[in-house]
Amino acid sequence: MSAFKDTMIITQRQLRLLTRVPEVLIFSTIQPVMFVLLFRYVFGGSISTGQPGGYVQLLMPGIFVQTVAFTLAGTASGLAEDMKKGLIDRFRSLPISQSALVMGRTLGDSLLNIVVLAVMGIAGYVVGWRPTSGALNVAIGFIFLLLFGYALSWVGIFVGLSAKDARVVQNVSFIVTFPLTFLSNAFAPTTGMPRALQYFAEWNPVSTMVAGCRELFGLENQFGATAGSFPSENPLLTSFLYMLVIMAIFIPVSVRKYKRSAD
Amino acid sequence: MKSVIAEDLVKTYRNGAVRALDHLSLDVEEGTVLSVLGPNGAGKTTCVRILATLLKPDSGRAMVGGIDVIKHPDKVREVIGLSGQYAAVDEILTGWDNLVMFGQLYHLGKKASIARAEELLERFSLTESAKRPIKTYSGGMRRRLDLAASLIVKPKVLFLDEPTTGLDPRGRQEMWSVIEELVKGGVTLLLTTQYLEEADQLADEIAVIDHGKVIARGTSDALKKQVGGERLEIVVESQNIAKTMEVVATISGNKATLDEGLRMISAPVSTGATALIETLRSLDSAGIHPLDVGLKRPSLDDVFLSLTGHAAEEKKEEEVATTGRRKKAKK
Ligand SMILES: Nc1ncnc2c1ncn2[C@@H]1O[C@H](COP(=O)(O)OP(=O)(O)O)[C@@H](O)[C@H]1O
Ligand SMILES: [Mg+2]
Repeated sequence: MSAFKDTMIITQRQLRLLTRVPEVLIFSTIQPVMFVLLFRYVFGGSISTGQPGGYVQLLMPGIFVQTVAFTLAGTASGLAEDMKKGLIDRFRSLPISQSALVMGRTLGDSLLNIVVLAVMGIAGYVVGWRPTSGALNVAIGFIFLLLFGYALSWVGIFVGLSAKDARVVQNVSFIVTFPLTFLSNAFAPTTGMPRALQYFAEWNPVSTMVAGCRELFGLENQFGATAGSFPSENPLLTSFLYMLVIMAIFIPVSVRKYKRSAD
Repeated sequence: MKSVIAEDLVKTYRNGAVRALDHLSLDVEEGTVLSVLGPNGAGKTTCVRILATLLKPDSGRAMVGGIDVIKHPDKVREVIGLSGQYAAVDEILTGWDNLVMFGQLYHLGKKASIARAEELLERFSLTESAKRPIKTYSGGMRRRLDLAASLIVKPKVLFLDEPTTGLDPRGRQEMWSVIEELVKGGVTLLLTTQYLEEADQLADEIAVIDHGKVIARGTSDALKKQVGGERLEIVVESQNIAKTMEVVATISGNKATLDEGLRMISAPVSTGATALIETLRSLDSAGIHPLDVGLKRPSLDDVFLSLTGHAAEEKKEEEVATTGRRKKAKK
């Protein structure tokens, strides 16, 4: 019980950081909003979708997934920063549950996504995004996205503890996340890719997440190029399994690494 | 009763390539202050981190407040306060935020946390800057806030790792009086320092460490005695040097040495003030008026030199103390 309370206090701390440095929040929403505008107006015209409502319907789920994927970088660099300042030493010398710090951080960073996703949603609406599946399905879609961010946040803990230098962590996280979001169906159909990449793209968790969200937002999943394959037929189930696997591996591994990070 | 006991602690880094602690043993009597004195890289931080449950030793035993550090770290955490070498507070949050958060993490409850935070801010003269983010604080203010954070629930044993490193003289003075206040309150304190005068000023006992080992321990006075007694020092006009040397040698019973540049004659004496008076009388009757005269007790620098055969020099240029930030040793 006290472990839960400790976790909540750390979560509060994560959220309070945002009110003290609103710039972080502003910048973490500006970038995805820029992506929305760029893709919508720069590429949008040249990608034919045959989808009612146009490219922006397909684009928004891609942007949402990409945005929550960057939770990994945020958690990792934030933790690395705390480690560098010796703040972690203080937390560790307190009589609190030793996992509260990482539990609270992953939770806090994931809750930040609520704000970011809300801003994105509004931006999307302004440029013509109109999900057609009803409020419930849209809500489930967003919960799905938040869960994905939460799972990746645990990978972020591991990365943050491994590299220790906040800038290295940033770079490593981007090097990992960027290709993953582009080697997917997020922004363009995978049909144009070389065959090997198509296989990669269809199993890529970003693709299954994007396809799953499209389904929940009421779109036909026409970007799943390799039709008939398991991930493209069952994107929601596959994504869910991915998240479970990520959490099953990274929660215990990251907690353990955190507990041992002093030696 | 001993509040802190460390026995035969060994800690190596990088698979044994760096031996940070090499069979280190020390103890602190309840309600007293032990200063662990040593140059950069001597193993002070490693020792503190082990005692504060942040690090596991390769071998050895440690007890804090009667509790085994290795077996029951969670219990030890309930009775200790730690203020590390680098102020460990959240830079982005305000001083008030920090203390309230730590109070809540000590399970004081929101109301009590706020009350305690305000009390501590007041006591460490931080009330005015309580609502400013820590990153706007001076080095001294940060250290004081960090110390305040380690005092939220009155700890039985307090560890302070180089509490004044990187502070300007005024900040150091302020920190010293804060620490002296605490000690009057009866806390058991283990304090590390590179400053000999700091150990002299604050500690009941001093453990000198070098290369991860305690090389001497005792009161400041005892350590000084270990190096030898006092020295009589007299500065005179050039024409009086020869005669003065004669007098000093006779009274001290030792060979007098001369620093020609300073025109200072000195010799070890065992009778202290008596020898000083005798010398002045003899000189006076010989018509010699010294320009300066004194009894010099050996400094702790002398102690270090005589104990280790080398001055208290830094072992490695691995740490930058002034920035208050941790620079990771990557080699
Ligand atoms: N994490 C670490 N990895 C490798 N070597 C370390 C580490 N921490 C400390 N050391 C080494 O251990 C020795 C003792 O360090 P430390 O306890 O920090 O000394 P002090 O606090 O007295 O300056 C030094 O040689 C230092 O370089
Ligand atoms: Mg140190």
